[in-house]
Amino acid sequence: MTISKLLTPLGLGVVLGLVAFIVFGPLLNLVMWAFAEQWFYPNRLPTGWGFSFWERVFRPRAGAWTSLFNTVLVACSAVLLSMALAIPAGYALARQALPARSVIMLLFLLPQAFPNLPIFVNIAAIFYQWGLNGTLVGVVLVHSLPGLVYAVWITTAAFSAVDRSLEEAARNLGASPLRSFTDITLPQALPGLLAASIFVFLDSIDEFTGTFFVGAPEITTLPLLMFNASMGGNYQVAAITALILLIPSVGFMLVIERFLKADVLARVGR
Amino acid sequence: MSTEALTLNNVTVDLRQQRILDGIHLDVSPGSFTCLLGPSGCGKTTLLRAIAGFTPLSQGDIRLGARSITHLPPEKRHTAMVFQSYALWPHMSVGDNLGYPLKLRGVPRAERKRRIAAMLERLELGGFESRAVTQLSGGQRQRIALGRALIIDPPLLLLDEPLSNLDAAIRRSLRSELRRLQKSLGITTIMVTHDQEEALQMADQIVLMRAGKVIQVAAPQTLYQQPADLGVARFLGVDNTVTRHEQDPTVGSRAATFGFRTRDARINEPLRPATLTRKGRVTECVYTGDGYQISLDTNEAELFATANSPIALGTFAVLQVPESALIPFGPDDRHLPPLDRHEDIA
Repeated sequence: MTISKLLTPLGLGVVLGLVAFIVFGPLLNLVMWAFAEQWFYPNRLPTGWGFSFWERVFRPRAGAWTSLFNTVLVACSAVLLSMALAIPAGYALARQALPARSVIMLLFLLPQAFPNLPIFVNIAAIFYQWGLNGTLVGVVLVHSLPGLVYAVWITTAAFSAVDRSLEEAARNLGASPLRSFTDITLPQALPGLLAASIFVFLDSIDEFTGTFFVGAPEITTLPLLMFNASMGGNYQVAAITALILLIPSVGFMLVIERFLKADVLARVGR
Repeated sequence: MSTEALTLNNVTVDLRQQRILDGIHLDVSPGSFTCLLGPSGCGKTTLLRAIAGFTPLSQGDIRLGARSITHLPPEKRHTAMVFQSYALWPHMSVGDNLGYPLKLRGVPRAERKRRIAAMLERLELGGFESRAVTQLSGGQRQRIALGRALIIDPPLLLLDEPLSNLDAAIRRSLRSELRRLQKSLGITTIMVTHDQEEALQMADQIVLMRAGKVIQVAAPQTLYQQPADLGVARFLGVDNTVTRHEQDPTVGSRAATFGFRTRDARINEPLRPATLTRKGRVTECVYTGDGYQISLDTNEAELFATANSPIALGTFAVLQVPESALIPFGPDDRHLPPLDRHEDIA
């Protein structure tokens, strides 16, 4: 490989890095807060650096571990629930000539279209009657509601992107409808389904309002922990929590970028 | 499974209140090669899909051998179809693609492996088992798709424009290869095509379709020489039609119109008896490889003819068609049965 060939990706990397800096500049402040031990007005930069707040956050009784565990558990459950509903729904929407297809698709968007505060307040009121407030189940349900939007829209697109003749070829050569779905359609749609799962996961990890109304104070997730810390003026704890939340987000963004191919994206909402 | 006859009786298909196929009757004898030929949108692919079970009939019956398959789902029909896009499964290797139909039938792994290898040998793609289908060329994909259909010894092979996505050269060689394979297996085959040359070269029987109806079912020679009507004739390369004049040859004396092919019409050759002649002005002269195609503007129509040497534009020329190359059509544009010459004289 010649030097010029090496330079091209290098130059591209530098440019992308610059863009990333502009976009993610505010993040730098966050990172500084995470490692600042002393930072008082009017200093531009922290006067003392260190890991002591990290230790405080991850002290066994500080609640960060429980919140992290709750966050991941709720996110995984929300993914399972949303995908369990979205896979059959998405397949039906992609393949069947449903008369009110666009209406159904729009219906799934509605929870996102309304301001979500009144929705969550009402859900909290209903869940209170059912005894779901303050339970993990309640939080999972409330997280699956916006999750389902992504899940249904993306799985529908993923299934529409699967060439119908691939399924027909399997049927023609002797596969039952279920067999052709599991052997042909599912493997073909898998990247799109993974992308949908990741979207639900990320959405759930960041979810605040619903968790606040349905889960608090019994269930604490990382966003709630962060909220409490910021409200208490403890910017270090808030920054550290935010950084932890950033890890899965950035990681999965990279994965999505790989899995969500243009032909699937082009079919979102069709 | 041995090869079987196919019988279509009054097959009718409606899609969204629109009649796509209208009362199709067809008999296909076992081991024969039938082409469904017609312009795009004539319903030929729908007919093939109806036979495979992907398009429900609104009326009629499809029989394979003695049994009716009209109400069977596609997987129970045992028809093997090769799709226009080949529909190879990209997440499976070549070997897995070929082996999948066997796997569905519970054939043990060792036996599967043996039959896959044998099929690949037969397709002249030996050793391709572990290749990814995405690495194959168009012609290779086409052969794998064919192999996947044939590996289950189906009683009926359905081909949906199997050669249309290939380069002209590969298409020509695969035509004869496909035909040889079909003959050696003796499998009843139905192929959809819009390419009349392909149909004429390959088929035992051509089913000419138009607007959801079967217009003519005939052997290639018959279809070529005696097209049922002017529409069919035009589709089969009869580019020229002229209304009959008094002095024209007496073949089909009741004919209102004559059709003839461009290559049968000669320009500026010594006049012979019993020929149809028209005079016109040369408007175009195009080199075609084995001669020149001349466009002639006569009073009644624009006619095409063939010449050995170029002819200057704007000059007057005489076009001449031998009687044997004339196709007579009646006033209703339908083909007239060619009259026996003795009868004609008498």
